[in-house]
Amino acid sequence: MRYIRPQSMEDAVGLLAGAAGPAAILAGGSDLLVRMKGGFVEPELIVDIKAIDGLSEIRETADGFSIGAAVPCAVLGEHAALKKAWPGVVEAAKLIGSKQVQGRCTIVGNLCNASPAADSVPALVAAGARAVIAGPSGKRTIPVEAVPTGPGRTSLAKGEIIEAILLDKRAPHAGDAYQRFIPRTEMDIAVVSAGVNLTLDDAGVIKSARVAVGAAAPTVLLVEEAAQVLIGSKLDEATLERLAKVCAGACRPIDDKRGTIEFRRKVAGVLAKRVAATAYERAGGK
Amino acid sequence: MAGVAVSTTINGDHVEYLCQPDETLLDVLRDRLGLTGAKEGCGTGDCGACSVIVDDRLVCSCLVLGAEAEGRQIETIEGMAHGDQLHPLQQKFLEHAALQCGICTPGFLIAAKDLLAKNPDPTEEEIRFGLAGNLCRCTGYDKIVRAVQDAANVMKEGSR
Repeated sequence: MRYIRPQSMEDAVGLLAGAAGPAAILAGGSDLLVRMKGGFVEPELIVDIKAIDGLSEIRETADGFSIGAAVPCAVLGEHAALKKAWPGVVEAAKLIGSKQVQGRCTIVGNLCNASPAADSVPALVAAGARAVIAGPSGKRTIPVEAVPTGPGRTSLAKGEIIEAILLDKRAPHAGDAYQRFIPRTEMDIAVVSAGVNLTLDDAGVIKSARVAVGAAAPTVLLVEEAAQVLIGSKLDEATLERLAKVCAGACRPIDDKRGTIEFRRKVAGVLAKRVAATAYERAGGK
Repeated sequence: MAGVAVSTTINGDHVEYLCQPDETLLDVLRDRLGLTGAKEGCGTGDCGACSVIVDDRLVCSCLVLGAEAEGRQIETIEGMAHGDQLHPLQQKFLEHAALQCGICTPGFLIAAKDLLAKNPDPTEEEIRFGLAGNLCRCTGYDKIVRAVQDAANVMKEGSR
């Protein structure tokens, strides 16, 4: 096995594209090293991307935020402007693991690990986040929901690296939120989860909405029908009930030791209601 | 496998070592450098017994490669006391009997040190959340929480 820490994205892409055997990208390592230890992956090459310029920074631009692929989740929680603009994304990222894991884990790693139960992914999907991908044939930007294609699988081609996650600049009267169900208070994997992102008009009527449900299908679900339920409402009780019903109906969950299909469907609806209410309040709605 | 040459700083001392590319920082500390304070409990980042501080971030050294330590500042339990002078957290863990078998203790002390550096006056809830990445199968945690609270009080007095 080889460990290489390239200084440029060009070199990193070249190394990955040219690797003869299995290759792995290392940022925080909180998934990779566990998988190596368990014998689930045996990379011939590890490319540590932390020395690449700009990848360890959160940049605030005219268009919003660019979060580098090597930024640990703990740093997201310490970034006042990001927390203010995208509290749902930050609270989701902060739910991953312990303090020790927070110091290492990244949202890009969470996305590329492609677990259906990833905490930051539903929040990113609800937020309309985009992934900037560098690869052998140049750069491309895709919605985050287009990255995972199934448990442990992504749409990234050989040699491609996600270098940053983009979040838009916030319009006025906007808010997002994320919650998951776990049988304890923290340090667990979501049984089911929901993320909601809303924009209101001056009167508090929902203008735009994105609703995502996690751990309820092979990949995170963007529930378009749920967004249509919310748009035009002021989040009255009848709307919330319809939201719950649509989200429960959109789920395609599995039965496992952490929850049954029936339980996951029910809780997806309950969480969607709660999260929508929090997002609405954060957007300034009453 | 070719070794990786690493130059780093551990507890303020400049250290150089050769390690295998897939060797964890925990294994380097314990097996190459003789710093056996950090323990391997799970090896998968769940128990916190291998906690160290890398560039002011609390991490599990079992989830860091030895090769990644290049150019970093690492703090381990071995750097916590100054000679015979115990750190207030170490003193209070003794006074409150906040340990039984002791395997988890170095990790708890490092995690508590990091917690108090960032939040010198934590509530009980903040201590419990802050130390949730460290597992202890003996004490039931209450004595650990009380020791950290007591140490926080002593450290606040000392800084006045």
